[in-house]
Amino acid sequence: MIEAVGLRKHYGRTKAVDDLSFTVRPGRVTGFLGPNGAGKSTTMRMILGLDTPTGGDVKIDGRHYADFKEPLRKVGALLDAKWVHPNRSARAHLKWLAVSNRIPVSRVDEVLEVVGLSEVAGKNAGGFSLGMAQRLGIAGALLGDPEVLLFDEPVNGLDPEGILWIRQFLHRLADEGRTVFVSSHLLSEMAQTAQELVVIGKGQLIAQTSTEQFIADATQDHVRVRSPQAVRLRELLAASATVTEDPAGNALVVQGLPADRIGELAAEHGIVLHELSPQRGSLEEAFMQLTRESVEYQAH
Amino acid sequence: MTLLAVERIKLFSTRSPYWCSALALALGVGITAIFAAASDGPIPLGLTQIGSGQLAIAVVLVMAALAVTTEYRFQTIRATFLAVPNRTSALVAKTVVVAFIAALLGEIVAFGSWGVAKLISPESDLAINTAAEWRHVAGIGLIYAFGAVMAVAIGILVRQSAGAIAILLVWQMLAENLIGIIPKAGVKIQAWLPFMNASHFLSMGSDSPEQGGQGVDFKLSEWGSFGYFAGIAVALLVVALVVAKRRDA
Repeated sequence: MIEAVGLRKHYGRTKAVDDLSFTVRPGRVTGFLGPNGAGKSTTMRMILGLDTPTGGDVKIDGRHYADFKEPLRKVGALLDAKWVHPNRSARAHLKWLAVSNRIPVSRVDEVLEVVGLSEVAGKNAGGFSLGMAQRLGIAGALLGDPEVLLFDEPVNGLDPEGILWIRQFLHRLADEGRTVFVSSHLLSEMAQTAQELVVIGKGQLIAQTSTEQFIADATQDHVRVRSPQAVRLRELLAASATVTEDPAGNALVVQGLPADRIGELAAEHGIVLHELSPQRGSLEEAFMQLTRESVEYQAH
Repeated sequence: MTLLAVERIKLFSTRSPYWCSALALALGVGITAIFAAASDGPIPLGLTQIGSGQLAIAVVLVMAALAVTTEYRFQTIRATFLAVPNRTSALVAKTVVVAFIAALLGEIVAFGSWGVAKLISPESDLAINTAAEWRHVAGIGLIYAFGAVMAVAIGILVRQSAGAIAILLVWQMLAENLIGIIPKAGVKIQAWLPFMNASHFLSMGSDSPEQGGQGVDFKLSEWGSFGYFAGIAVALLVVALVVAKRRDA
């Protein structure tokens, strides 16, 4: 479990992270969502003791990262796949990591196998593609078989196959009962990966809920209706819902009434319907709206 | 011990230490070979360590600085601090490994130079008998070791290769000598400069005019000068460790 309480990181006047509190529980994938520059990486660096918080506290299972004697056995992290010496082989890179935490060196070949890099183990990491480097980073995170895993934007720059692989992989880790905390700036990606969400904007917490709940709240459902008797229908619906004209075509957009109810109402009054289709707002649009609000909120 | 093994793996799984060692060896031994071959008569012992004491040392400083700055350059320092959150022990382990390798390399270069001179110029009297003669040859390893400590400290503080190397080379090869030009005060200041004291430690007294630090009125004995040099190196390292501990990685 990761627990942040009132976490702050200020650089001069810039508040990269401001009074951030959240909890990441084991057994599920928790997404850390926010636009670029929201403070996700800074927060992750503070969790891992690389950066010192200006204020507040963050602990992993009740302890600071620096207090773990062999931290790689407890926490695995992939913050940046490029944290590898380009002239060092993948195996040598993992070997020094293993030795540093008294992890058996045999584990190196095991994790290389898990991420599918066995064949290039002796090759220099500098020649790796982004996808391979990402896999090497994940291998490093898995080295100590840790209970807690942190990944910063793991799917960035990956091809669809790589994205799918990582997504399934994260689920498998969470199903094994581990705490998985993964950041992203794409809600659509998180919607498919994370069961829980910690959403931040401008360094502040916007929401911590289940992904389902967040999407339901963020995207407003509406129903698109076409009818030759649009004027009458509009009057009828206006009593219990918000009705607007669809700018694109000859249709009404109804908010606040489910499609079933609209159909029933139309039938009761003998109105012909040509179209009755429930719509969902785009995730990204909704997300942008939410984070934009947090920016405005911040300005006061 | 674990951390020493880690730093050993890290250092030897990249190419720069091999290149730097080869270059230091070539420069140190090579220059002695040229001196020995070019001179008509016998050469003094003092001439065998010109390459090791004044040229190859620069390569060792570069190697030691690179051992740290490449970690910053490729961000592996963050991976290091993730694996070993106690930054002081991680960096001390690195310093010890680098200093040990520098010492070893120093002895190889010093005795290699001595050996090659003996080989090329058999008529020279190159026997190592007195304490001063031993210090002159075997002392190279000690100077390399603490020079490496200094270079690691500068590397930690500056965090980038070009900057650290520029500082070290200008300091060791130029600045300390140029200060001697300042009228009156220059020589007095030189008596307290670290690399001048390193030269003083290696010198065999007035009968070896090839040595650096000539004309400087050193206040310390030869071993005192060595202690002073080592002390400055360790003090710099302590400052660097404190900074690294406080700084965001």
